[in-house]
Amino acid sequence: MITYSWIIAVIPLLAFVLLLAFGNRMKERAAWIGVTALGLAFLMALKVLAEVLAGAQAAASFEWLKIGSYTIDMGFQVGALEASMMVVVTAVSLMVQLYSMGYMHGDPRFNRYYMTVNLFTTGMLGVVIADNFLLFLMSWEIMGLCSYLLISHYYEDLNNAKAGMKAFLTTRVGDVGMMAGIWLLFSQAGSFNFADIAVWVENASGSENIITLAALLLFAGAVGKSAQVPLHVWLPDAMAGPTPASALIHAATMVAAGVYLVAKSYFIFQASPDAMFVVAVIGALTAFLAATIATVQVDLKKVLAYSTVSQLGFMMLGLGVGGYTAALFHLITHAFFKALLFLGAGSVIHAVHTQNMHEMGGLFKKMKITGTTFIIGSLALAGIPPFAGFYSKDMILLEAYRYNEVLFWIGAAAAFMTAYYMTRAIILTFFGKPRDMEKYEHAHESPLNMSIPLMFLAIPATLLGYGMYRDYFVKSFITLPGLTHAYHSDFVMNMAISVAVAGIVVGFIVYGTNWVSKTAAIRNLKPLYVLLKHKYYFDELYNGVVVKGTVGISRLVGWFDKWIVDGLVNFVGWSTGQLSRLTRTFDTIVVDGAVNGTAALTMAAGNQVRKLQTGVVQSYMLVLFAGVVIGLIIFQLIGG
Amino acid sequence: MNLPYLSLLIFVPLAGAVLVLFLNEKQHATIRTVATFIAAIPVVLVGMMWAQWDYSAVGMQFTEYHEWIPSLGIAYRLGVDGMSFAMLALTAFIGLIAVIASYGIEKRVKDYYALLLLLLAGINGVFVALDYVLFYVFWELVLVPMYFLIGIWGGPRREYAAIKFFIYTMVGSVIMLVGILALYLQTGAQTFGILELQQLGAELPSNWQWGIFLAMFIGFAVKVPIVPLHTWLPDAHVEAPTPISVILAAVLLKMGTYGFLRISHPTFPEIAQSFAYVLAILGVINLIYGALAAMAQDDMKKLVAYSSVSHMGYTLLGLAAATVTAVNGVVYQMVSHGLISAMLFLMVGVIYDRTHTRDMRKLGGFYITMPIAGGILAFAAFANLGLPGLSGFIAEFFVLLGAYAVYPNLVYISLIGLVLTAAFNLWMLQKVLMGQPKLEWEGLPDINKRELITLVPLMALTLLFGLVPSILMNLINTPVSELVARLGGM
Repeated sequence: MITYSWIIAVIPLLAFVLLLAFGNRMKERAAWIGVTALGLAFLMALKVLAEVLAGAQAAASFEWLKIGSYTIDMGFQVGALEASMMVVVTAVSLMVQLYSMGYMHGDPRFNRYYMTVNLFTTGMLGVVIADNFLLFLMSWEIMGLCSYLLISHYYEDLNNAKAGMKAFLTTRVGDVGMMAGIWLLFSQAGSFNFADIAVWVENASGSENIITLAALLLFAGAVGKSAQVPLHVWLPDAMAGPTPASALIHAATMVAAGVYLVAKSYFIFQASPDAMFVVAVIGALTAFLAATIATVQVDLKKVLAYSTVSQLGFMMLGLGVGGYTAALFHLITHAFFKALLFLGAGSVIHAVHTQNMHEMGGLFKKMKITGTTFIIGSLALAGIPPFAGFYSKDMILLEAYRYNEVLFWIGAAAAFMTAYYMTRAIILTFFGKPRDMEKYEHAHESPLNMSIPLMFLAIPATLLGYGMYRDYFVKSFITLPGLTHAYHSDFVMNMAISVAVAGIVVGFIVYGTNWVSKTAAIRNLKPLYVLLKHKYYFDELYNGVVVKGTVGISRLVGWFDKWIVDGLVNFVGWSTGQLSRLTRTFDTIVVDGAVNGTAALTMAAGNQVRKLQTGVVQSYMLVLFAGVVIGLIIFQLIGG
Repeated sequence: MNLPYLSLLIFVPLAGAVLVLFLNEKQHATIRTVATFIAAIPVVLVGMMWAQWDYSAVGMQFTEYHEWIPSLGIAYRLGVDGMSFAMLALTAFIGLIAVIASYGIEKRVKDYYALLLLLLAGINGVFVALDYVLFYVFWELVLVPMYFLIGIWGGPRREYAAIKFFIYTMVGSVIMLVGILALYLQTGAQTFGILELQQLGAELPSNWQWGIFLAMFIGFAVKVPIVPLHTWLPDAHVEAPTPISVILAAVLLKMGTYGFLRISHPTFPEIAQSFAYVLAILGVINLIYGALAAMAQDDMKKLVAYSSVSHMGYTLLGLAAATVTAVNGVVYQMVSHGLISAMLFLMVGVIYDRTHTRDMRKLGGFYITMPIAGGILAFAAFANLGLPGLSGFIAEFFVLLGAYAVYPNLVYISLIGLVLTAAFNLWMLQKVLMGQPKLEWEGLPDINKRELITLVPLMALTLLFGLVPSILMNLINTPVSELVARLGGM
């Protein structure tokens, strides 16, 4: 089975093609194509994982292109990391497609949605199993396309269209950097293949600067895709898409691809301590900034979006401090509990038709399944043992502590806020008095095809962390040769649990009791509150400088082109016409002397032209032939 | 089969043009059928040639030689290598599509098709000629029908656009002619053979080489077009009828790049090397300036025209870098841009035929008004912005990959162009396709069968060349490697 792992990536592509061909005619039954395909893919991925657990590995490639003397191969490789990721991706995609049958019911673009989700899944699986940067990049960009299409799914509203464009362009900024990194590596190693490049890195003593540059260029792509500061601005806006798509793409899988990229090219990063430091700092900064912004969001999906940005920051932090296993462990657990949270949020939105938490409240009574599973997901995210997120986050903090205490404390602060904002979200959504009675009255638990995926996802959100952590399994499974792990530290573990509990307690005090006046709090913390509400003014800065600047420059170029460049051309044309009239006689004499075989043809054309429109062309022609003669004379003079 | 394929590729459309003139002006359907049949013959011929192609052969294939004016060394020399064959195949394919896309033309149908076929004959001639005189005759032959096709069947400002096009390219080609004559006279070789003069040209004194190189360069630069010699292009495009825009963007612009590849660079490799950095900078300017200008347009057709200017920048940068990967990318780009720009211009035509406007501020909501057309336009725009899996990505990726080894800093600057290209394409999609459908465009018919017949093959090839690039790359790799070796590149 494992030698045919690539089929798993092709299955959703087949589903895409089938949906393209027949989907519209099948109406909403089309969803079954996707669900069946992903069910099959998921089972195959499980089988592959089982084989990997038994010690198998596979890789294969074929010659794709010969260019010059280079041979470019396309191929896949499957080991522990790839097999685990395939299970994660197919599982989440399957759950999302199942869930979407209910959530997307009645959508006029139902089929387009399913097509895009399936194409996306192929792209993500391609990223997972690629054995070279080229296939990786191609799959990566396919994901970008699908992300764009899904964010702008409700394109009737131009704001959604703009959100899609913003996502594509922001990630594009990172992607072009990544491409440059790939070119740089190719120019050194002569190959796109991970293995070949690893060999080059190993033997490239004295090229530390090149390696650092390559690592940072690749990291630019990761920063864009994984929404790290300063390219994080697109992800919260990406929430404009259908919620299950957000769950799959903008929470569980695609946004984690940046983390995966760094992990896949870890051999490059490891060779450059400087690059590792940059990754760690960006990760920590992102984890912290996004968590602070999440505390003041009123849109349930936006809370989760900033939470995703923050958690991706944790993963980057983990990678940067050398915690390869920890980061990927967190990537896997996060995929499940974040998908669960997003689908739960979708279930709530489906019930109350609003995303604003101030219009919710008290929903737990009406939505027991959604509420319970959402709380499970939140506990996992907050890092409360024994839920999944605890183990992986603890491992990251442990690695950070070993690397640099400042980064550890930043991470711990972010973890505190994570617990706080999730408590806030749960209380505002599910508890307290309903703040919008009309919406509350209409609320109801979602249909089974939506709640079953929630229950399924709650299982890994609860058990997966301990399951993978037990006997230090994850440390020997998802690892690299020569990797050392931080030793267990009671201090770090106690700290991780304490900040999470503290976050929940503070959240409860602020939102679950009347002990703190929120208006007074906001009044006293006004500058901070405004700063957070404006998300540190990143969007204002980018809109004001980058977007407006580019549009302004483009207008300027457009004007310059029309009035200066073309104006000059028209002026030359006009003055030549004038000149030719003045010197017509002279020209005729000169030209008659010089015209030969070629001239006959062009003269004929000139005559035609004159008959058709105007006599000016002929005059031009005469000047031109004068030009030929003069040119020849000049040549003769130069050549001597 | 052993046919004089190259002569047939020139004379079948030429004879077809004459044949069309003998048809009854009133019977539009007959004229169209005959023209379609004639335009289909080159596709068959090219297919037969491809089947017999010798991928490993160095040098020209399907050569033909006949004495013409022996006293001056002028002869009927034809031949193709992989690069020119790729262009021939593109021309045959685009030619047929343009003929089918012209079914909507109702004005002076007979003249129109005669000129169109004449144009195709001329273009084929340029790509197969191995004699300077022949090359120049075909080069000029392209100009004349193009002038009339824009000038008679064009939009409101067709006269201005046609004259501008004519004079611009005329100035360019006359300067080129000076270069050719100087080359002939200075080498004293008594031959106009392009390949023969390649050997001799490099032996001329350096100042002569420079002069001739620059003269030819200007001639080709106008066709490419290289900024700031590009302003004929947007006007010509905007005024030209859709099928003519298709040919102009898809094939005609490639004559300029082809000139570099076939003539100026191999003939004066040392000069080309010295000139490379300037050419690279010009390429980057084209890339970024074109993209910025495209972004500033409200007219959809102008946007696509400036997008062409931007995309031809890659060919200049790649050629300047002169590495195998980059130059392969250049030829790939010539084909790929041919397919993608054709799609875009056809789509502009589809929308214009229905709405009679190209002003994107007036359009909007076409995803809903015309869902299939909207999907195809989105496909074309993503192909245009270099989405992996489609041909444009392969071309641009390898151009920049190859250029990175030589001019890393210029490549970093061109990255801005990559982002801008994505920006103006997506912006176009947003303005044309998204938002609420507008009342005034309600009930417009979606794309029709004839339009689909022209578009679907282009989409299929864009996808095919994006996924299986070896089909095309194997064809061009050998001549490109040869050229790069001559240019002293890697």
